[in-house]
Amino acid sequence: MSEYKKPLPELDGLTAEFYGWCKKGELRFQRCLSCNGWRHVPREMCPECASTDWEWQRSSGKGKIFTWTVAERPMHPGFADAAPYAPVVVELEEGVRVLTEMTDCMPSDLVIDMPVEVTFEAVTPEVTLPKFKKS
Amino acid sequence: MMNLKDKACIVGIGETPYVRKPGSGLTQLGLQLLAARRAVDDAGVSLKDVDGLMPFPNLGNAEEFAANLGIENLRFATTVHTGGAAPVASLRIAAMAVCCGAANAVLIPAGWNGYSGSRARQTVSQDVSSLPGGGIARDYYLPFGLTAPPQWYSLMARRHMHDFGTTAEQLGAIAVAMRKHAQLNPNAVMHGKPMTLDDYMASPMITDPYRLFDCCLETDGAAAVLVTTTERARDLGKKPVSIMGVASGQPYPADEITNRKDIFQTGLTIAAPEAFAAAGVKPKDIDFAEIYDCFTFEVLQQLEETGFCERGGGGAFVEGGRIEIGGELPVNTHGGLLSEAHVLGMNHIVEAVKQLRGEAGDRQVAEAELGVVTGWGDFGDGSLAILRN
Ligand SMILES: [Zn+2]
Repeated sequence: MSEYKKPLPELDGLTAEFYGWCKKGELRFQRCLSCNGWRHVPREMCPECASTDWEWQRSSGKGKIFTWTVAERPMHPGFADAAPYAPVVVELEEGVRVLTEMTDCMPSDLVIDMPVEVTFEAVTPEVTLPKFKKS
Repeated sequence: MMNLKDKACIVGIGETPYVRKPGSGLTQLGLQLLAARRAVDDAGVSLKDVDGLMPFPNLGNAEEFAANLGIENLRFATTVHTGGAAPVASLRIAAMAVCCGAANAVLIPAGWNGYSGSRARQTVSQDVSSLPGGGIARDYYLPFGLTAPPQWYSLMARRHMHDFGTTAEQLGAIAVAMRKHAQLNPNAVMHGKPMTLDDYMASPMITDPYRLFDCCLETDGAAAVLVTTTERARDLGKKPVSIMGVASGQPYPADEITNRKDIFQTGLTIAAPEAFAAAGVKPKDIDFAEIYDCFTFEVLQQLEETGFCERGGGGAFVEGGRIEIGGELPVNTHGGLLSEAHVLGMNHIVEAVKQLRGEAGDRQVAEAELGVVTGWGDFGDGSLAILRN
């Protein structure tokens, strides 16, 4: 198995929980039990109502492309061989947005509002990243 | 709220040469010390009169500045942690400090070996821990390849193009204007290197929609300013430049760039109305603007959020020479970070002071009385000062 060179999240606290669900093949976000608001990235407190009661609720995994860029010239050694690649922002049906990558299309195929759905990529034995494919 | 209008002044400016070649011969601290000493000399005061220091975040600490400069009576030292928004935000804190007596004279230096030392492009992408929101970037952006500032902001630029029809040629008009101004500035790194819109369009793509010439320079250099009260400024040699209004603000959330309800909101969206209200003037009164130009689209976005034009109108606003010297609102008369040098925006404050003193030489804006300077940092923190002579 070749060594995975790209940067990885630090699996600690709420971030470990978020990626833990990804490893099980589930995209979950925090949802406030007081005002029902969804949120991402993980926060200790609901920024809408200041409640600390929340749970990880499962997202439909469906959304659309909100914006993207195409990195032609990588600026991190971990991505030195990856260009061109496209970091993409997906807006999910629940309203939260995630920064991610597409698995099944070229940067030139990207269009704002394109429908997409989540897929999971186990990049190391510990870390599974949520990525997206055309829906 | 206490209004600081015209109660504090910039009384001294200092710069080193700006270069883009190996080895300025000075350390990061050495560059800043040179600019700081020049700012104090320019004000016609002694280093012993300086009792406040506001170093740029992560580029030095007040203790070492004071120890090198012989500032024996340091009683006010702090840093504003908003990246490139820090120099202008520091003007605000310095004005507050001198007006309430916490300091008599506050020195604000900034500078780095952004070319010959650790390259500007590497500083953030390889060590996000210096960022507010660095943990978020590490855990939620870097694994997907969003690793550096041009990539963060290009997400906004792309969306702006979609929502408002902003074009590559309009971003190019910004780059071309800055380069044109640099031809009038002997200290600009791009002096003697003119650029056309065709050159811009032909430059390689870095992170779509940003081409090479949408991106600021990486240079060695430092600049500094000295702030004191208007009362003290009257006794000094140079024509004081008055701080009419200054404010800073942050986007929401400031530590995460993708989940903003309003993706185009920046710290300036909050800061600009406050600064204009404090100054008692309007954007249409302004004679020139030095806008933090890390990338071309950020200029366009700040012109909109400052209220020089409406949201979505930035593309049309920057065309037709409107932002060039001789146009309706000359922007970055020194060439900016794009074509003078990347001195963290401190060079923008220095340039505004030169314009308002009438010391800008070939690039002098005729009858310049009111100028705006902005700062932009991290994930869109903003600051804005309105200066007058
Ligand atoms: Zn809530």
